[in-house]
Amino acid sequence: MTLNTPPIDWFGLSPVLTLIGTSFASLLCAVLVPRAARRLAGAGIAVAGFVAGIVLAVWLYIDSADGHTIAAGAYYRDRWTSLGQIIIFAVGLATTLLAVEHVPGWRRDADPDRRDDHVAEFFALLLASAGGMAFFVGAANLMVLFLALEWFSITLYVMCAIDYDLEGSLEAGLKYLIVGSFGAGALLFGSALVYGATGTISFDRIATAIGSQGLTGDAFVVVGIALIIAGLGFKMSAAPFHMWTPDVYEGAPTTVTAWMSSATKVAALLLTFRLMTTAFPDNQHLWGWAFAIIATISLAIGNFAALVQQNVKRILAYSAIAQAGFMLIGLSAGTALGARALMFYLIPYSAAAFGSFAIVAARERELGVPVTLESLAGFGWERPFLGVAMWFFVFSFAGLPLGGGFVGKFYVFAAAYDHGWVWLVIVGVLATLVSLYYYLAIVRAMYMRPAEELQVLPGGRVAVTGGAPARETLLHLAVGAALVVSVGSLFAVQPLIDLAQHAASSLPL
Amino acid sequence: MNASAYTSILIWLPVAGAIFIWLLPLSRYATGALALLFSFAEVGLWIKQASHFDFSQSGLQMSQQANWFGDLGVSYHVGVYGFSLWLVGLTVVGMAACTAYGFWVGRDRPRAYFGLMLLLTGATVGVFEAQDLLLFYAFFEAMLIPLYILIGVWGGARRMEATVKFVIYTMAGSLLMLAAIVAYGLQAGTFDLVDGPTSGSRWLFLGFMVAFVIKAPLFPFHGWLPDAYREAPPEVAAVLSGVIAKAGLYGMLRIAITKFPDPTSYYRTAVLALAAAALVYGSLLAFRSPDFRGVVAYSSLAQSGLIALGLFAGTDLGFDGAVLQMVAHGLISISLFLIAGAVERRTTTGEFRLLGGMARGRPALATLLMTVGVIALAVPGSASFAGEFLILAGVFQRAWWWSAIGAAAIVLAAMYMLRLISAVLHEARGSTVADEALDLRPGELALVVPLVAGLLFLSAWPAGISNHSFFGPSPTAAVRSQFK
Repeated sequence: MTLNTPPIDWFGLSPVLTLIGTSFASLLCAVLVPRAARRLAGAGIAVAGFVAGIVLAVWLYIDSADGHTIAAGAYYRDRWTSLGQIIIFAVGLATTLLAVEHVPGWRRDADPDRRDDHVAEFFALLLASAGGMAFFVGAANLMVLFLALEWFSITLYVMCAIDYDLEGSLEAGLKYLIVGSFGAGALLFGSALVYGATGTISFDRIATAIGSQGLTGDAFVVVGIALIIAGLGFKMSAAPFHMWTPDVYEGAPTTVTAWMSSATKVAALLLTFRLMTTAFPDNQHLWGWAFAIIATISLAIGNFAALVQQNVKRILAYSAIAQAGFMLIGLSAGTALGARALMFYLIPYSAAAFGSFAIVAARERELGVPVTLESLAGFGWERPFLGVAMWFFVFSFAGLPLGGGFVGKFYVFAAAYDHGWVWLVIVGVLATLVSLYYYLAIVRAMYMRPAEELQVLPGGRVAVTGGAPARETLLHLAVGAALVVSVGSLFAVQPLIDLAQHAASSLPL
Repeated sequence: MNASAYTSILIWLPVAGAIFIWLLPLSRYATGALALLFSFAEVGLWIKQASHFDFSQSGLQMSQQANWFGDLGVSYHVGVYGFSLWLVGLTVVGMAACTAYGFWVGRDRPRAYFGLMLLLTGATVGVFEAQDLLLFYAFFEAMLIPLYILIGVWGGARRMEATVKFVIYTMAGSLLMLAAIVAYGLQAGTFDLVDGPTSGSRWLFLGFMVAFVIKAPLFPFHGWLPDAYREAPPEVAAVLSGVIAKAGLYGMLRIAITKFPDPTSYYRTAVLALAAAALVYGSLLAFRSPDFRGVVAYSSLAQSGLIALGLFAGTDLGFDGAVLQMVAHGLISISLFLIAGAVERRTTTGEFRLLGGMARGRPALATLLMTVGVIALAVPGSASFAGEFLILAGVFQRAWWWSAIGAAAIVLAAMYMLRLISAVLHEARGSTVADEALDLRPGELALVVPLVAGLLFLSAWPAGISNHSFFGPSPTAAVRSQFK
């Protein structure tokens, strides 16, 4: 029996393959490299992998002006994929820098002998999850979509639990696993229904089948779309599929939270935009409204729940839910302007999300306890660079003109208005107003309370006594890079919009 | 150097100065001196800009335009008109005086403080020069960020509530403006203020106006004002009432009235009523206020109402008077807040029942406060008399009863200003006024005297502003032509 293998465009898949390859190499480090050098070796491989991935993705971006599917219609080689991969890999590179000093065993009381035991596995998982996300954004049929989703989800479950001597970390991993599996199940079930109705799993043929057979109102298709939206909603942590987000973001090691909150969202939102506009263009009246409503709920729940939080990681987690709401405004418009808005928004968003969690990680390491608004007191004056950076990040989230978040918000509002949804603009405006309260609370906690008010543990016990915080050169480097992207995207709007526009031109809009 | 470069340099020089100060580990003294140098450079550059401005020429001058993001028609477009030139001047002069005050009193955390003051200067100049709606919005919001930190870190005991209230109020307005900007710009196909068409949409007009009436503020949107003005450090309160409030009034003139002629006339009576309410209510509250800063704060509310009365009168005299009064009141209010700061430093309080008798042995303080106070109550011959007269005459042409209300409020102005002067300077010596409390020091005089000199100059020649704000003999025609 002969097996007919389709021709494979290996170059088109090269970013994903590079990440898998370096992931294996990093895993080998865990057994082959002595413990003393393991951290550096793993990190070095990760840096090499991400840099190579970025280079290849940029090359593919330039080389893929006319987007098409490769590997027998399983994967899109186009600019939408490449740009998404560039963002994901850039966040991955920054996460690597952060992880060198922070994962696992960031705590000062961790046994120094055991600290480097699993560090190489961490980098292997990071590379593997990035590879999975890179594959996910390029998915061209429902099977690849599901496989890639499970691929990066499973690595994320493990990463959440990597600090296994921390109860919170284990709990986060387990919670994410259970809720995430539920989401994946919904996605798979929805895919099956769509396949049952249309007889195909490839995105573009689903659209053709729905169009030619008049399946727009078909119950299987409609329910299938609903379940797919629910499944993807879990990944982008949009309300009402957000229940896991605050707990997992709080419990997971902060480095992992930084990675998840930015990269996962990029992958999930970009894939969802492509899936909806490519596979279900005739059903836009359905999913457009569905996403508009999900956006509204996310904005409401994310912002109002964040108001009452004390733990900074939880505040940022709810803020991530609300930010998903803003980006879904662009998605719900489903137009070329919406695509541009979404793609642009993701750039400053991922920088600010990564950067803000990295700063929380620094404070957490310094104090040895979870970071609350109370324990941020005096932080801005003690560590001016990180304080100012945090200032820029939260104001960029809030849409104040200190960062690209301002332009991103403007673009999604423009997309909603252009689509005729003035009410969604008003919702977004009101949500921004509410969000200001807790974003400003972070700045207030850092700057407007003297360090003497710092209360680390109840009863005035201080967990860490004396001494300057650890020198975290790489963390500063990563935060600095995030700051440059966040502020730079306010000024260099035109080049970024051009990139986003070219990327969006690969979609059938 | 090309004269149009001044517009951009005026915006970005202080921003560069702020970054410079944040990055350089200079001593306290050197930081303050450097910031002051940047502020003075701003004043110098503005004088150069004014000297290049051609009042006999219509349209936008010294403009610069660069692409920001072209697909939606947003650009970096700056330039000045006659009236914006005066407001830019008010900004740089006022900010220089307030920065100098901060230097004089030796604010702690000097690098953060002076950096923020410079940032605020750049953003405010940007508001008055921006000719693109989104750019205007960006600067309008950017003013808020340094103000938030300046009040929150260096403010009084109840600064937290004051900042939250201030930010939430102003952002509520400006976010609705953002929605209106999106709608206007996408309908028009451009966000440019010069090229943009007029619009008849009442909703959009209201979206813009809500931001401006909160910033100005007008009754009943002034809830943030008393707390912010009392809790802010004196020099920041001076900036708030002298300069930032004018950004709201400027927005009414440049955007709301110019771009929305039909909605303006539709809502004219309503806005005039709010303005008159602000004027009367602010004056009454100022008269009842128990402390120095309270009087100045509420009188700012009243003055904002008066200026809005002039703007929405929609007559030649009204427009001329409003611009003159914006500058005159800006200088008055900055001087009064800085003097209030000087009094508070000597007595630790601004409450009238603890003050009194400060004129004895302090001739400089008495003379300056008296001079500014007399100008503030619009004694005939003063700059604010000219401004208020023009405004009242302008609104008289609309309907006589508006100016009757305005004239009544000016009587109230005399009452509250005289009450302030006598409560601080005269009457029996207050319990907090020690004999050792010094007269104004040379440093303090150097801050306030130039402002008062500016006021006296405007008193001598109010036409310097009122005849040089709009092109041509008729401001209404200039507004109708959208200043083209």
